[in-house]
Amino acid sequence: MAGTLTKQGTADEARIDAGPEDGGWRIGAVGRWTLHGAAAASDALDRAPKPQHGAAVRIDLARVEALDTVGAYLLSRLADRLGAAGHAVSVIGLRPDHAALFNAVRDAGKAPPHPIEREHHPILDMIVRTGETTVNAVKEILDLVGFLGLVTVTFARLILRPSRLRLTSVLFHIEQTGLNALPILGLLSFLIGVVLAFQGADQLKRFGAELYVVNLLGISVLREIGILMTAIIVAGRSGSAFTAQIGTMKVNQEVDAIGTMGLDPVELLVVPRALALMITLPLLAFYADVMGLFGGAVMAYATLDITFGQFIRQLHSAVGINTVIAGLIKAPVFALVIAMVGCYEGLKVSGSAESVGIMTTKAVVEGIFLVIVIDAVFSVLFSMLGV
Amino acid sequence: MAGSPVIRVRGLVTRFGPQTVHDGLDLDVERGEVLGVVGGSGTGKSVLLKEILGLIDPAAGRIELLGHDTAELDRAERTALQARTGVLFQNGALFSSMTVAENVMLPLKEHTDLPPALIAEVARVKIAMAGLPPDAGTKHPAQLSGGMIKRAGLARALALDPDILFLDEPTAGLDPIGAAAFDTLIQGLQRSLGLTVFMVTHDLDSLTSICDRIAVLVDKKIRVGTLAQHLADPHPWIHDYFHGPRGRAALDAKERNDARQLAKG
Repeated sequence: MAGTLTKQGTADEARIDAGPEDGGWRIGAVGRWTLHGAAAASDALDRAPKPQHGAAVRIDLARVEALDTVGAYLLSRLADRLGAAGHAVSVIGLRPDHAALFNAVRDAGKAPPHPIEREHHPILDMIVRTGETTVNAVKEILDLVGFLGLVTVTFARLILRPSRLRLTSVLFHIEQTGLNALPILGLLSFLIGVVLAFQGADQLKRFGAELYVVNLLGISVLREIGILMTAIIVAGRSGSAFTAQIGTMKVNQEVDAIGTMGLDPVELLVVPRALALMITLPLLAFYADVMGLFGGAVMAYATLDITFGQFIRQLHSAVGINTVIAGLIKAPVFALVIAMVGCYEGLKVSGSAESVGIMTTKAVVEGIFLVIVIDAVFSVLFSMLGV
Repeated sequence: MAGSPVIRVRGLVTRFGPQTVHDGLDLDVERGEVLGVVGGSGTGKSVLLKEILGLIDPAAGRIELLGHDTAELDRAERTALQARTGVLFQNGALFSSMTVAENVMLPLKEHTDLPPALIAEVARVKIAMAGLPPDAGTKHPAQLSGGMIKRAGLARALALDPDILFLDEPTAGLDPIGAAAFDTLIQGLQRSLGLTVFMVTHDLDSLTSICDRIAVLVDKKIRVGTLAQHLADPHPWIHDYFHGPRGRAALDAKERNDARQLAKG
């Protein structure tokens, strides 16, 4: 049954019979000049005997049984090539039902081909690309700073007129970015706590200083790991979601529609997301701290027989409130960076759905990159301040 | 197979939850005809198109394409059948990661054994035939206007010189001159290739100028007839459709055009 569905294998394949006639040259096309078997037809045309130089050529299409665009193109290309080679070409015997197509294809075939790009020098190209990337990176940073300014101004305007703040939108994004992130963030922080305690215990056991696992955990989780894990997960979960949401709206021209209605896309789309993230990220970070310490405590109990009571007492002596604050104070900054990058890349989406994907990837990479860079800056700052 | 309809739909029933869209719909599309499908919003024009293409399964009924029951085909047969149908979707549905030329070349690469150079040339011809400028082939869909995307979509739909061409609102979004040229192009291809065209449209000019028969979706069924038959149909929706101000204008234009053709001929 499959055989009947395809047009291949017909007995009357495209053929050429060519030869001298009436002092000129005659090329007769015979059979089905269609897509299936066009490769053979193309070969037949190449193999066919060539007319003498300057001879008048008549292309006879009277015995063409079926013609589609590929067949018509091959025949019209033949006519055009012979014409270009200095022959006087006439096409005869064109059946009326083929004429419209043949002429349409012949006209279309005469259109100039795509301009062929000039040859590139690979090393020169690489230098050009490097330069372009550098310039674009600098531009991107400047744009992002500009965008931060724009959002700040919008924030300031909203503080003066708080009634314009979209509270529903803020709450929606708090739920999306905060509440819905609890399971994954909790589990991952717990596991990181477990891993840290296990590795720490392994090393500290050699000095008989098992109890100091608690110090190790307390300092590393509260100062760095908790907040960093949270920021990275949120950048992957919510930063990307912001880009995808705003980018899709951009593709659907919803952002344009917002603009034409006299509304401000930054006020409507960016501020609620940024505000929501700045509220949720510190809370999530605190939750991650707790889960991380809990994971560590479980592991300490399981492998080192440190009871929860001992763990808490040791933790008390190891870390002060300053350590907790030093970790959590970074949260709003990270939140702002993640939201800024996510929304900025979303607004930069142009035209196609493909661009949404590219920008989403970019937002995640840039978000995580900036979070870690800023974390390093905080570390230097804290050490200078002696916190 | 000659003489049998290329599309035969029998007893088609479509339901979305409690809502019945088609109820026992029958339709025959003959070889070489241009069928225009019209209907009010929500009467299931696009759904019918998708069911014939096998993108949606109907609740009941039988659909035959080129004499084959689409429900009984295996994978290879379905692929072979799909290679003989071309579809122009409403918004072009071009692959956004590829250039226009690559879009047109894709079906040729997948379904034929043509040499790559010939594929590129054929793609160039199809792009030109669809009325696009030569440099359009190197562009990505995002760089094209709505009308150009439609033309590129048509070039891709015609890439394999299909037996049946499905068009979903082909002239929507084209300027009147472009739309008329588009109609002429479809008509020319249809005549030369014995192409069967299934066209969902609201363009009354297309309906009056290139459609051999018109199928109207009313009362969950379909009424097929020539323009003259529909003009005489007392059904209120059909009457309003063809005798409304736009319908009148299109018919007047057709009469003037026919008179001009007659005077020329």
